[in-house]
Amino acid sequence: MPWSRDEMAARAARELQDGFYVNLGIGIPTRVVNYIPAGMKVALQSENGMLGMGPFPYEGEEDADLVNAGKQTITELPYSSYFSSADSFAMIRGGHIDLSILGAMEVSETGDLANWMVPGKMVKGMGGAMDLVAGVKRVVVAMEHASKEGASKFKPRCELPLTGANVVDMIITELAVFARPDRKSPFRLIEVAPGVSAEEVRARTSAKFVS
Amino acid sequence: MTTSSSKIYADARSALAGAVQDGGTIMAGGFGLCGIPENLIEALRESGVRNLTAISNNAGVDDFGLGILLKTRQITKMIASYVGENKEFERQYLSGELQLEFNPQGTLAERIRAGGAGIYGFYTKTGAGTLVQEGKETRVVNGDTYVLETGLVADVALVKAWKGDTEGNLVYRKTARNFNPMMATAGRITIAEVEELVEAGELNPDHIHTPGIYVSRIFQGKDYRKLIEQRTVRKRDAA
Repeated sequence: MPWSRDEMAARAARELQDGFYVNLGIGIPTRVVNYIPAGMKVALQSENGMLGMGPFPYEGEEDADLVNAGKQTITELPYSSYFSSADSFAMIRGGHIDLSILGAMEVSETGDLANWMVPGKMVKGMGGAMDLVAGVKRVVVAMEHASKEGASKFKPRCELPLTGANVVDMIITELAVFARPDRKSPFRLIEVAPGVSAEEVRARTSAKFVS
Repeated sequence: MTTSSSKIYADARSALAGAVQDGGTIMAGGFGLCGIPENLIEALRESGVRNLTAISNNAGVDDFGLGILLKTRQITKMIASYVGENKEFERQYLSGELQLEFNPQGTLAERIRAGGAGIYGFYTKTGAGTLVQEGKETRVVNGDTYVLETGLVADVALVKAWKGDTEGNLVYRKTARNFNPMMATAGRITIAEVEELVEAGELNPDHIHTPGIYVSRIFQGKDYRKLIEQRTVRKRDAA
């Protein structure tokens, strides 16, 4: 039985460590906040200039000056701080963020990531994604195993324009988890969803990986 | 006390007067609609100045922020990192009416910071191996490829701050800060609109985010709409 989106988020949350500074992308990664283990301290960084993102506000307490990278209203925590966009990306690019969890359209077997553009169809801009994958210590992708057309999104080479080359460390899909010990090594299949076999994963994945 | 060197203006229109010509380059602060110089953008629209190159992280929404200058076709080129919230933008880009240069957000922020700081260029890993690298010098250091990106300046920087004083010192509020501080340094003329304009001496020098040296013109803004793009809330637990 494939994992649900929430189960994928919960799995991604297992990559968090106490004291981590983390950046979460839009989509499935935002659900990770609901699965931070009790008692674990994780500080969330928002690329638009905040460290220590709090939850959404109560109705009536929204503040137009306090939004996250997805332009959603959020709140502060006691340890929050604010800074400019240049300082925010210095933090990101300078390797100070421990973990980035984001979505993907394609990931290659050598860890290339494509998640910002579909030529001719979706050309909205890359935002902060390229800086994140270039600078953050560890990059975890949470994505569906296959595209709408049924093609494996974990593939030999990305065909869409890249967000980064050789930047992905772990991939979590609804079927399986792939990870590699470093960026010179191939991905290894390390977990499968309940009831899903390694053979099934192999059949449904076009990328080469080790098991 | 106002002197001939006073930076204080009555409103956006008078602050903007004579600062931008047709074909000029402007920078506008803000992240989405958060921290945008609302009054100055409206004044720019009213001025009718055309053929502008606009540098901003986003393009507003169709009917607010920089989006209103796209509707009037006053902007002919944009340098931005993400324009997804603006359908008119996408339409003009796909039809060739608008030139667009995407910069990664961190690269854009650092280009503007560098421009104001006298740094010609800098090498960054961001965008190495992607479309962003095309046409640019690169350097390989310890096996990593870095891309040379150059500093950006503008004829006019339009900045929004929370408080400012008569010397042009500025203080920002929360995530409305974003691109404003760097842009303040990178405009040949920087015009700041603030929610509250106070006398020099009222702001704590230790807490000033942008020293007044960077600000040529300042005025107290009005009628801020401060629109929220995604109003997300959580439920209170049952009492």
